[in-house]
Amino acid sequence: MLLLASHRLRLAAFLLLLFVSLPFRGTAQDKPYFVTYSHDLEEPGNLEVETKSAIARPEHGHHFGALATELEYGARAWWTTELYLDGQTTGGQSTLFTGFRWENRFRPLMHEYAVNPVLYVEFENISAADKNVLEVVGHDVESDLDVPNAVARAEHQHEGELKLILSSNVHDWNISENFISEKNLGHAPWEFGYAVAVAHPLRAASSGRECTLCAEKFIAGLEAYGGLGDTWDLSLRQTSHYLAPVVGWQLPAHMRLSFSPSLGMTRSSMDQFYRVGFAYEFSDIDNKLLGHKRKGKVW
Amino acid sequence: MVKRFPAAVFLALSFGAFLAATASHWDTVPARDHARTNPLAGKPETAVAGALLYREHCQQCHAADAQGDGQKKPSLRTASVRGATDGDLEWFLRQGDLKHGMPSWSNLPQAQRWQIIAYLRSLP
Repeated sequence: MLLLASHRLRLAAFLLLLFVSLPFRGTAQDKPYFVTYSHDLEEPGNLEVETKSAIARPEHGHHFGALATELEYGARAWWTTELYLDGQTTGGQSTLFTGFRWENRFRPLMHEYAVNPVLYVEFENISAADKNVLEVVGHDVESDLDVPNAVARAEHQHEGELKLILSSNVHDWNISENFISEKNLGHAPWEFGYAVAVAHPLRAASSGRECTLCAEKFIAGLEAYGGLGDTWDLSLRQTSHYLAPVVGWQLPAHMRLSFSPSLGMTRSSMDQFYRVGFAYEFSDIDNKLLGHKRKGKVW
Repeated sequence: MVKRFPAAVFLALSFGAFLAATASHWDTVPARDHARTNPLAGKPETAVAGALLYREHCQQCHAADAQGDGQKKPSLRTASVRGATDGDLEWFLRQGDLKHGMPSWSNLPQAQRWQIIAYLRSLP
């Protein structure tokens, strides 16, 4: 027992050392969206680690807290790849690891346009007990979250997901629209969903001084998302829709905090739930850890 | 006539290649952007704010002195950058050069892009 504690202590010390020895950098103006994607990709060579939690109490179920840990890596300036590890804990039931998602986002056009498309491809292997609500598709409803963990964990979903992300930066506003189609690789219909969002920094120009509680460190916005039915029932009947104010705060030491209360808009939706996100970014990680030098171009 | 056609195509292609080789990178900047001036220029605090933003966003690739690393990470203290207009630089920051690893900074507020440019102009 003592030996195990010693090993854990050494592992914790190693991780802490690794953590403080890597250079942090700012993620200023990252959008505080939880569901919607903009056309911002991770900078090449950087790794962002973000936790996104969802806390709720469904009307007929137990309160729960779900946590998605996201590892986002900028493989190229036009390609970002991400791994999500999902889990949840439900009051009076259990704590579960619910699966993983691997997603890739590509910018097919190399220039900035009025509307910028990004192609999104995801594979997910999660159980029906997942409660992160990172997207709402098809006829996802509140009662899905009432199923006891012991039952829901037995149902595994292998799903492919495609998104068309359209995003614009106009006069310091970001406006993003996502069109989602998801397919369970078993015998199940294609499911559809949407997410739209806008955000704006509270102050556009930098004050030129280091500060924490100043307007330029905050970005606020609004996102809306929901299901659009599936190929067996392409209707809005029994679909969930949410409206969610979002706020992001750039913290000292180049960390970022975001918060969003989500409000259900239909009877099939949860009345409300809350999300908190915390992110930090390791810069130039492939150079620091693997010794890869990225090629630039001299102008 | 038939024999002359390939020669004409060859000449046209060669001329095109010559033009491409001699064209400045900034020639691709739209005229409207090229002509823009920095609305925040001339204020000392603009360059100070730009220095802070440079440290946050640009230093990782272009080094603290904006000289790059002399190899893979490009210098910003070149004749090409000095010869560009403020509008050229703002356009380039907004566009990025995704093929060569330069991200688009369109996600920064426009005022902050101008502040970075003011800082670059302040470098000796």
